[in-house]
Amino acid sequence: MSNQGKMDCGRRRLVVATAAVGGAGAVAALVPFVSSLLPSERAKAAGAPVEVDISKLEPGQMMTVEWRGKPVWIINRTKEMMDTLPKLADAVADPKSEKNQQPAYAQNDTRSIKPEIMVVVGICTHLGCSPSQKFKAGTEEGMPDGWLGGFLCPCHGSTFDFAGRVYKSKPAPTNLEVPPHVYLADTRILIGEDKKGA
Amino acid sequence: MAAGNFEKYKSDGSLAGNALEWVDARFPATSMWKGHLSEYYAPKNFNFWYFFGSLALLVLVIQIVTGIFLVMHYKPDAALNANGVPIAFASVEYIMRDVSGGWLIRYMHSTGASAFFIVVYMHMFRGLLYGSYRKPRELTWLFGVGIFLCLMGEAFFGYLLPWGQMSYWGAQVIVNLFSAIPVIGGDLSLIIRGDFVVGDATLNRFFSFHVIAFPLVLIGLVAAHVLALHETGSNNPDGVEIKANKDENGIPRDGIPFHPYYTVKDIVGVVVFLMVFSAVMFWAPEGGGYFLETPNFYPADPLKTPPHIAPVWYFTPFYSILRAVTYPLFGLDAKFWGVVAMGASVVIFAFLPWLDRSPVKSIRYRGPIYKTLLTIFVICFFVLGYLGTLSPSPMGELVSQVCSVFYFGFFLAMPWWSRMDKFKPVPDRVTFK
Repeated sequence: MSNQGKMDCGRRRLVVATAAVGGAGAVAALVPFVSSLLPSERAKAAGAPVEVDISKLEPGQMMTVEWRGKPVWIINRTKEMMDTLPKLADAVADPKSEKNQQPAYAQNDTRSIKPEIMVVVGICTHLGCSPSQKFKAGTEEGMPDGWLGGFLCPCHGSTFDFAGRVYKSKPAPTNLEVPPHVYLADTRILIGEDKKGA
Repeated sequence: MAAGNFEKYKSDGSLAGNALEWVDARFPATSMWKGHLSEYYAPKNFNFWYFFGSLALLVLVIQIVTGIFLVMHYKPDAALNANGVPIAFASVEYIMRDVSGGWLIRYMHSTGASAFFIVVYMHMFRGLLYGSYRKPRELTWLFGVGIFLCLMGEAFFGYLLPWGQMSYWGAQVIVNLFSAIPVIGGDLSLIIRGDFVVGDATLNRFFSFHVIAFPLVLIGLVAAHVLALHETGSNNPDGVEIKANKDENGIPRDGIPFHPYYTVKDIVGVVVFLMVFSAVMFWAPEGGGYFLETPNFYPADPLKTPPHIAPVWYFTPFYSILRAVTYPLFGLDAKFWGVVAMGASVVIFAFLPWLDRSPVKSIRYRGPIYKTLLTIFVICFFVLGYLGTLSPSPMGELVSQVCSVFYFGFFLAMPWWSRMDKFKPVPDRVTFK
């Protein structure tokens, strides 16, 4: 390009400026492509609250409803189940639910509004599998000795108690999430909204 | 043996000769043919392990051809049809039951996926045996690692498409891996899924990645891999540089033209491979539950994870390493470090050319240290792979932790142990029977 080793500085500046403007244009062109990968407006609009009737849920039973494509469990805990919770204070990672995995009204010993009724998102906080029920205490369901009942994530072995609290030294970093919910009546729960939103 | 140093074709006056001369004046046909085949000199002592490169190419072709035909009938749609079955899942059943020859094409593709990994693992192991990654073939090796990564992505995206239980929950787990990355993780997994949960958006973009983006990159990398190889010339079981000893015509004395010698030899490999491949495809297409996992015969159910979930066999060694990490470190939880360990266990192969400090390339001239450590490494790889197919257990966790430590130790301590061995003298010329 250069004649006799002399550089045409004006021309060089133009080349640099052109490359810079072209580069900026190419980066700007990425914006619509990347933003198209984000959830669409329709996906954002989905996820209306779900109303659940729990009048037929007997003590010791659990039901699953779908909210925002995720399983939400509603467990009617028996007294035996409730009694295991205080015993596990040393075995679980966050016994007092200090990490922000529940609305303020569920930040208590039972992680629930009504003590016996547990409402929790059934998605392991590790990598998003849905834990399986291992309600029977002891080794009957293939659990280790001293098991008091709760949930086992089939993917990576995280265990949770009847309040969705994760055991120590397990892959899951936090307790299961308690979704915002509110009792519309004694046996009717609205999942996905609480008093603030209603 | 770079293309371009060959004389242009001169016609013998025949019609075909004139046509070739015309083409050759405008396109490097002769050059490419000679440079990559008829005058590409490969060491004459190639053995069994040298089949797997060409077999990998064959499987790539099988996957592309069968893939083209599968796309004609498959529908990437997570919505439920009139029978309440996801359309994607139903379209795979349709291919299996109603499309003429559909079952065969699909089994070719699904068996091909596992065959691809078997062949590639053998091909990589060959590299470890004979030091094929060593100077001057580092770039060939790096392109190869790129191919391996790309292949893993391709397999992962493809596995979601049948929209079965294992498809769904496997994708759920792997996408959530990215959410473990601090700061950007949450948004990154959102960008990958395209929704707050694995759903129709995810299925469609995985389809796009699987049939367009990754195959294009894969083919590009394969071309780069072969071009880089043909620039340096192939390694061989003796790890001797055949280019160091050339005759008066500049041809390596220990080299023979790739075509016809190795093209014909590779046909034998292809025939044997296709016999095994067909046997699996016809008699055991599910590969005993390892090639096609049982839960994937149930349509995806976002509310219920199958009681036992495991990735397909070719991912299980790395999956075991992920599961082996159970301790938080530096204020970041175990989940993040598990992901880091899993990523590192794959990427660490890229550093082999610079980790290995042994004065000889081939295992034939290395001593007991390498032979022992490589054997243990392979055993660990298999044990990790086996444990990855099982449900988590305290014993399995411990064993996988021991194997993971050895796995990384093998690589990270290599700069020291690879020098310490007792080496045998390397001959000047290749040896063969």
